[in-house]
Amino acid sequence: MEKMSRVTTALGGGVLTGRTMHCHLDAPANAISVCRDAAQVVVAGRSIFKIYAIEEEQFVEKLNLRVGRKPSLNLSCADVVWHQMDENLLATAATNGVVVTWNLGRPSRNKQDQLFTEHKRTVNKVCFHPTEAHVLLSGSQDGFMKCFDLRRKDSVSTFSGQSESVRDVQFSIRDYFTFASTFENGNVQLWDIRRPDRCERMFTAHNGPVFCCDWHPEDRGWLATGGRDKMVKVWDMTTHRAKEMHCVQTIASVARVKWRPECRHHLATCSMMVDHNIYVWDVRRPFVPAAMFEEHRDVTTGIAWRHPHDPSFLLSGSKDSSLCQHLFRDASQPVERANPEGLCYGLFGDLAFAAKESLVAAESGRKPYTGDRRHPIFFKRKLDPAEPFAGLASSALSVFETEPGGGAMRWFVDTAERYALAGRPLAELCDHNAKVARELGRDQVAQTWTMLRTIYCSPGLLPTANLSHSMGKGGSCGLQLMNSFNLKDMAPGLGSETRLDRSKGDARSDTVLLDSSATLITNEDNEETEGSDVPADYLLGDVEGEDDELYLLDPEHTHPEEPECVLPQEAFPLRHEIVDTPPGPEHLQDKADSPHVSGSEADVASLAPVDSSFSLLSVSHALYDSRLPPDFFSMLVRDMLHFYAEQGDVQMAVSVLIVLGERVRKDIDEQTQEHWYTSYIDLLQRFRLWNVSNEVVKLSTSRAVSCLNQASTTLHVNCSHCKRPMSSRGWVCDRCHRCASMCAVCHHVVKGLFVWCQGCSHGGHLQHIMKWLEGSSHCPAGCGHLCEYS
Amino acid sequence: MNRGGSSPSAAANYLLCTNCRKVLRKDKRIRVSQPLTRGPSAFIPEKEVVQANTVVERTNFLVEEYSTSGRLDNITQVMSLHTQYLESFLRSQFYMLRMDGPLPLPYRHYIAIMAAARHQCSYLINMHVDEFLKTGGIAEWLNGLEYVPQRLKNLNEINKLLAHRPWLITKEHIQKLVKTGENNWSLPELVHAVVLLAHYHALASFVFGSGINPERDPEISNGFRLISVNNFCVCDLANDNNIENASLSGSNFGIVDSLSELEALMERMKRLKEEREDEEASQEEMSTRFEKEKKESLFVVSGDTFHSFPHSEFEDDMIITSDVSRYIEDPGFGYEDFARRGEEHLPTFRAQDYTWENHGFSLVNRLYSDIGHLLDEKFRMVYNLTYNTMATHEDVDTTMLRRALFNYVHCMFGIRYDDYDYGEVNQLLERSLKVYIKTVTCYPERTTKRMYDSYWRQFKHSEKVHVNLLLMEARMQAELLYALRAITRHLT
Repeated sequence: MEKMSRVTTALGGGVLTGRTMHCHLDAPANAISVCRDAAQVVVAGRSIFKIYAIEEEQFVEKLNLRVGRKPSLNLSCADVVWHQMDENLLATAATNGVVVTWNLGRPSRNKQDQLFTEHKRTVNKVCFHPTEAHVLLSGSQDGFMKCFDLRRKDSVSTFSGQSESVRDVQFSIRDYFTFASTFENGNVQLWDIRRPDRCERMFTAHNGPVFCCDWHPEDRGWLATGGRDKMVKVWDMTTHRAKEMHCVQTIASVARVKWRPECRHHLATCSMMVDHNIYVWDVRRPFVPAAMFEEHRDVTTGIAWRHPHDPSFLLSGSKDSSLCQHLFRDASQPVERANPEGLCYGLFGDLAFAAKESLVAAESGRKPYTGDRRHPIFFKRKLDPAEPFAGLASSALSVFETEPGGGAMRWFVDTAERYALAGRPLAELCDHNAKVARELGRDQVAQTWTMLRTIYCSPGLLPTANLSHSMGKGGSCGLQLMNSFNLKDMAPGLGSETRLDRSKGDARSDTVLLDSSATLITNEDNEETEGSDVPADYLLGDVEGEDDELYLLDPEHTHPEEPECVLPQEAFPLRHEIVDTPPGPEHLQDKADSPHVSGSEADVASLAPVDSSFSLLSVSHALYDSRLPPDFFSMLVRDMLHFYAEQGDVQMAVSVLIVLGERVRKDIDEQTQEHWYTSYIDLLQRFRLWNVSNEVVKLSTSRAVSCLNQASTTLHVNCSHCKRPMSSRGWVCDRCHRCASMCAVCHHVVKGLFVWCQGCSHGGHLQHIMKWLEGSSHCPAGCGHLCEYS
Repeated sequence: MNRGGSSPSAAANYLLCTNCRKVLRKDKRIRVSQPLTRGPSAFIPEKEVVQANTVVERTNFLVEEYSTSGRLDNITQVMSLHTQYLESFLRSQFYMLRMDGPLPLPYRHYIAIMAAARHQCSYLINMHVDEFLKTGGIAEWLNGLEYVPQRLKNLNEINKLLAHRPWLITKEHIQKLVKTGENNWSLPELVHAVVLLAHYHALASFVFGSGINPERDPEISNGFRLISVNNFCVCDLANDNNIENASLSGSNFGIVDSLSELEALMERMKRLKEEREDEEASQEEMSTRFEKEKKESLFVVSGDTFHSFPHSEFEDDMIITSDVSRYIEDPGFGYEDFARRGEEHLPTFRAQDYTWENHGFSLVNRLYSDIGHLLDEKFRMVYNLTYNTMATHEDVDTTMLRRALFNYVHCMFGIRYDDYDYGEVNQLLERSLKVYIKTVTCYPERTTKRMYDSYWRQFKHSEKVHVNLLLMEARMQAELLYALRAITRHLT
């Protein structure tokens, strides 16, 4: 009581004054602690142990406690604490396991009072009882906590954590008998000081060591813990089970945590490694720190609020050998620099916009959005007087909708689903796609496909009449024609389409794709060579088909494109290695200097001479044919693709790119291709056309794109015996040490595709089951069930 | 220890320890027999390694999952004496070789080759040459360091220091590597490389320390493999029976009753435990003890006490055959006693100022995600592994012994624990064990079966393997701590 009144007078009289300042120490600090009068601070480290007076303008060294000619290891402090009841009493924890108490009241130069050498390993933390004058608690690396009565020579009681090293011990401020301890293995224990035999409560708080904890000064039962897993968690200990109330994710492992006085939800943290700043967090806003102190040049090792009832002064010691006083008002506030506005485009052209209320209000006068379907919605949070950033918490959300029909994307979905991109001869693909486009009323696109067919497939092959008009004309004519179409046809094409029915679209994406022959083929391939790249498959299929045709047409004539198509085919045997190469994202990094890449390049290079002679031969043939070589058009085609992409129809650009493959790819630079691919894939995924998007990914030749579906390919499964998730791999259970999925036919572990009967739940390797069921209709496991495979 | 590559005699294929060379020089007619031991290790009789069925099953599971080569190699077989540990070992090794990481796969294997080459460990080199080619490495690189990209070559300096004198690594070395330029390393790449280097240096210690035999698969021959040669001198392999030499008789072991040796050790452990409370050495005393231990490790003669030749003679013998040296530069650079380099006077590394748990882990995990957890688990596992047995005795608390081994290794790398009384090392580790430890951690290539046999003669082989695991992990941690500390300093 007496203490309380003193504090208020001290504060009322404005005794606590000061500014942001720092002073240089001789050595790195490990910990700091403040005297209860808030006018002195003690700094301790491996080779420093000093008391500084905090004056208005500077720190003044008052006392050096490190005396004696030969400094002993007892003075190498890991932690220091100043008694909050007795101004003369300090305790330190030494790295060699000794707990030392110091009495500043001693007349001699050496203030060392008592020495407790009971711990076998480094003592990580010491803590005085908040109200009891003689009770000291220590926690050590050896896994024990000891409670000392300073009137006696040795410990009163020993608490064994039964787990690993103790990292922190803290007396509860409210409960007289309770203290919390944190451990290297992630546990937090709650003890009653009277019961050393076992802890009252234990729970796992963090993954990895819990470096620190702090009881809330006012809220009984709130405990903040910080761990190596970079998190600060606030626990409510009053309930039966410790409940996690808040969790703040920091950017580095948390070394210290201290509640801010008089601010119920604020706490200060500093980190163990890498990050040198001190952050003050509002635990309710766990993403952006409320304040940040950036003075230190090396990791901060100790923080302390100067006065238990004053929230504005923070002291800190650091490995950079400096001691700092931070003023809260001088702190940088990341919130101010943050951008509290959000903007998001909806799939159907809707636009949502959220911003600080004040901002919206200021501009509402000239709000031009007349097409609003809904009025802006305002969210406002109740103002909290203790909350200094209340202003930021209120924001406005507006949703704007585009005019009906304008953004409808039905054509996009239909086109994506129905286009054929691979697996058939080029001519057929073009015809098919042209037909699709025409049915959807996109005549210009249809015309483009038809022209592509004309350009790239030899004329004799054209069976239908619909191309005849462009057949006789030269290539340049065709282009002019196309350009004129472009301008006219675009607008009606868009206008006539209607808004997409969402549910229908979803249903379709499943059914339509199943009957597309292309996907079926690639799927089958994929079942065997799991993880292999499919562009190779595509190239094979494509080239084969085309070759057949060409030979039918003119057996002696070699198409000039052929050598280029053959190259990837030659490289195909290398493909099986891809099973061994790392998963997707790595490719990106490898690209520059991966020996694997250059290895295959070398192979290709060695093949080159053979091919080039081949192509020389064929070029002369082509000229002899009096027909313009497709190369002649490649510029035009390139311009056409760019034009479509610019128009916003990236779908067309990508589809043509895939269908034409090698023929145009070389004319368009890699980055542009990649850009088109990624935007198209993004669009497809937004429309939930997963199958189409995957097909596009597979067919793409761009390395960066084709590795997209190699990333995060993990599917988590549970063990069939113990029903627990199998964390590290899919076929062996960590807990019951059994193989989860055995093939009923060959009795081996199934590591790849596992197919099972939904009736009797037996199954195995896909091939084995298929083969088995060809010969027998009973379950291979012998359970008598009549399994079906369809 | 030289592989007599040029000599056509039968002995040419075996490494000869200095002593045997001397003998051979005297008597050219001596016939060298084939190694007597079969199985995974030259030191451990094959039947010792054979395991109960459940263990074999478990091991096979692990191999199937984590082995990069897909077969049960000799290292794994020997380690399978400690299945618990084996799992974390394989898991972390698999992670650094095969899982997500900043370095391309062939790089990883090449770095492993470079690391193993520092200790002339042809076993590991062969293994990774195969893997290197399998993952698509360029065969040309295997011709030697001149053929690899400058970027990999730049790693040489740090490989050398890390292997032999990690305390010399400074932030300048790190800066040089990460400095922007054509061949620079990004920090995550560097950390990955450092982890690999430390892992393979330490693994080389294990290979030599446990006398791992070369793999028996002559069919793989790609020209880049070194001829599989047993690295151990024939006199060791022949169980000391073949070579009768007068010059040795003086240094033969005194016939100590090894049983009483064990009893004595247990007695000392017990006494130490009890004394702990009574006698407290002063701080000055403690630090003197560390210095003493450090100094004493000096006199634990490098190499082999039984073949006590002057140091220079060793140097002569250290001419390495060209096939190994093509992966390294400056082959003469070796371990130098931490205590000896007085003139440079580097400060002792205080373990409490940069611990693995607090600092090392955070940094590693930040730059090369998840490896921290795996290494952490591995270190923890090896440190806490115990069966509470000592030779024939059961229910013994071996914590003290394990800690002594771990800290002694760190002591030789100049890492000091404030809370450890180095007097314990003296009490618990007998001289022949110290010789063994020093050889295995500092010059693993000089380990002989004689050294392996001469300490703790009552102990089981599995316990000796346990010792080797401890030494390996302690060494790896020491190397990592120095390297990571340098990286931290570079960052701040």
